[in-house]
Amino acid sequence: MQESLEKNPLRLFSEQKIIFPKRVWGKFRKIKWIIMTCTLFVYYFAPWIRWDRGPQIPNQAILIDMPNRRAYFFFIEIWPQEIYFLTGILIFLAVALFLSTSLVGRAWCGYACPQTVWTDLFVWVERIFQGDRNSRMKLSNAPISFNKIWRKLLTHIAWIVIAILTGGAWVFYFNDAPTLLEQIINFDVPWSVLSWIVVLTFSTYLMAGFAREQVCTYMCPYARFQSAMFDRDTLIISYDEFRGEPRGKHKAGDSWENKGHCINCTECIQVCPMGIDIRKGLQMECIACGLCIDACNKIMKKINLPAGLIRYDTEKNKGRRFRNEKEKKGLLRGRTYSYLSILLILSVAILYMLLNRSILELNVLHDRNPLFVKLSNGQIRNSYDIKILNKSFKSKKYSLSIEGLKNSKIKIQGIESLSSNNLPVVANSVGHYRIFLIADKNKEVRKKVIFNIKELDDEISDTVENIFISGKY
Amino acid sequence: MSEKNNNKEIDKITGQETTGHEWDGLKELNTPAPRWWIWVFIVTVIWSVGYWIVYPSWPTLTGSGYRGGTVGILDWTQYKKLRDNQKEILDIRENYKEFFKATSFDEILKDKKSYTYAVAGGKAAFRDNCATCHGSGAAGAKGYPNLNDDDWLWGGNVEQIYSSIKYGIRSGHDEGKYSEMPEFAEVLNDEQINELAEYILSLNENNNQSSENTLFADNCAACHGNNGEGIQDLGAPNLRDNIWFYSSGDKSSIISQIKKPKHGIMPAWEDRLDDPTIRMLALYIHSLSASQ
Repeated sequence: MQESLEKNPLRLFSEQKIIFPKRVWGKFRKIKWIIMTCTLFVYYFAPWIRWDRGPQIPNQAILIDMPNRRAYFFFIEIWPQEIYFLTGILIFLAVALFLSTSLVGRAWCGYACPQTVWTDLFVWVERIFQGDRNSRMKLSNAPISFNKIWRKLLTHIAWIVIAILTGGAWVFYFNDAPTLLEQIINFDVPWSVLSWIVVLTFSTYLMAGFAREQVCTYMCPYARFQSAMFDRDTLIISYDEFRGEPRGKHKAGDSWENKGHCINCTECIQVCPMGIDIRKGLQMECIACGLCIDACNKIMKKINLPAGLIRYDTEKNKGRRFRNEKEKKGLLRGRTYSYLSILLILSVAILYMLLNRSILELNVLHDRNPLFVKLSNGQIRNSYDIKILNKSFKSKKYSLSIEGLKNSKIKIQGIESLSSNNLPVVANSVGHYRIFLIADKNKEVRKKVIFNIKELDDEISDTVENIFISGKY
Repeated sequence: MSEKNNNKEIDKITGQETTGHEWDGLKELNTPAPRWWIWVFIVTVIWSVGYWIVYPSWPTLTGSGYRGGTVGILDWTQYKKLRDNQKEILDIRENYKEFFKATSFDEILKDKKSYTYAVAGGKAAFRDNCATCHGSGAAGAKGYPNLNDDDWLWGGNVEQIYSSIKYGIRSGHDEGKYSEMPEFAEVLNDEQINELAEYILSLNENNNQSSENTLFADNCAACHGNNGEGIQDLGAPNLRDNIWFYSSGDKSSIISQIKKPKHGIMPAWEDRLDDPTIRMLALYIHSLSASQ
């Protein structure tokens, strides 16, 4: 123990080894390019989609309107008190992630995660200015020279430009995009927007330019608990050691007798954005991007061996192949069925709630001081603050009525002679009225009353229970 | 595990120096503050000197700054900053005040924006000045009128409320409203007062009754009206309604009020509040009652 420690001193933390992923061509690389283009396109252009909702209401399809406390997503609108929709959608997305992981492993990590997409983009930029893996490594180790400086400088400038565009696109989701763009062009940006751009620019530059695989290995919680969704039927990137081992160099024309198909070219390690050796088996770092499959298949073709030494495979199939049994796909199994059923229940519930979302709500708040007022004719008056939530995109008129009181009369406080059967509320807003409810004195000190609100030219209504106080108690 | 080397003991596992302290075989790693941290600290110390020059900082006995102390070349204080910030609000208020000065109640009642401002401003002024007697909800108490109901001693339209606030009641102000009910203990005997009290109660119980009472007609009707309905110009309360001021609606308290009436005082606010504030108060109180 003592000796081994001295030879190989332990460190509490391992230093970051800079990874220079090699360029690769193939099926999975192609899929990655396509997904990267699509996700970036959606990210940058989604805020520019327009969606007409009516006058005075934002016409941006996707908008989180913080100052007015509204969130819009195409035909969906969410008020702050309906935030549970968001919770539901987040749970749905989480379970969808579980399902995809149990089917095809960490496909999200390898293809669609922003960390992967932006790192991929940054590596691409790196390659444009500094060349592929070997020349990048050489440049990195070379002493400072004019060649090194301008190549590095241009890389970082391009990174920062992308980072600014990334941070700059984010803020469009929270503001009307054309208005904000005009403000940005005129250098008239609110400080809150500017600080978001700065923070996100910096984090993009840091995460995609420098932290890269460290984010997946050390920061991301999902990377840590994804193994809970794995089982022996999950498709993972796997090296076929039965076929590959014993590995070793192989000259063209030599016999493959007693030799594995792995020729130890280390191509799979060189292309890996996580810097791991997939031949060691499934590892925590592996983000399942499939680039090593592309790299290996290319080599296999070159040496005239069948492709698939590294491939998407399940643990069970590997065993079956070893025992010369027939390979089977185990995509549909207990685990995936249960995830699927949760997804189904959730989506039905969320859809049901969204489709039955009420566009009218009434809130009634009884005055506390004074609780009641005795009038000269012996009747009792109570005052209430009422709020009429008009969640539709049209300005509407409502009528308010009371159930459960004898000889009751509603008066609206205000300057115009508003009446209780003609209360206007502007589109997509809350109408606030103070009302006086006058009625005969009740024997019951606290009498339950029902407030009904009804839309004048529609059948939509809402009901709220409150009390009418007739005396001290 | 460790070796002494130039008086520095290096821990094998971490490769880090130890402090040389040892407790039960455990040694503490020497982890000094990082160099960059020290530099940042030194820079902040230097930076702070700039603050002394620019901002008020050092307390002195004779300094010209706030509460004595150095002023700083920027001549900046939190109080000045607050004043500047407040100025924005005060300017908005000033605009409204000017508007209220020049505008009649009728016009304000029709203009939603200024009416809303007046009611809110009146509410704030009410809590500061009126709530002591009338209660924070303006519900009053015995001897202090409830301003929420529809019974008004001196009238409940905005103008009447305004003049009651401005000049007061029995306030000693020249324009103040004044009334005084005589002490009938010296005029009538107990039996007559008892009869009056019963008559007043009967008025109250039966609103449609119109039977005459000579005692009432001779002594009370001049101020309280022929049927006891009260006269607002004289501040004489309505005796037929359900609202009592000094009495609680029972015979003994009515008798004591006839014998030796109590009179409250409402101060004149003309000298204490500016006219726009009084106008806002009048509008606020008017909004409470939902009458007239």
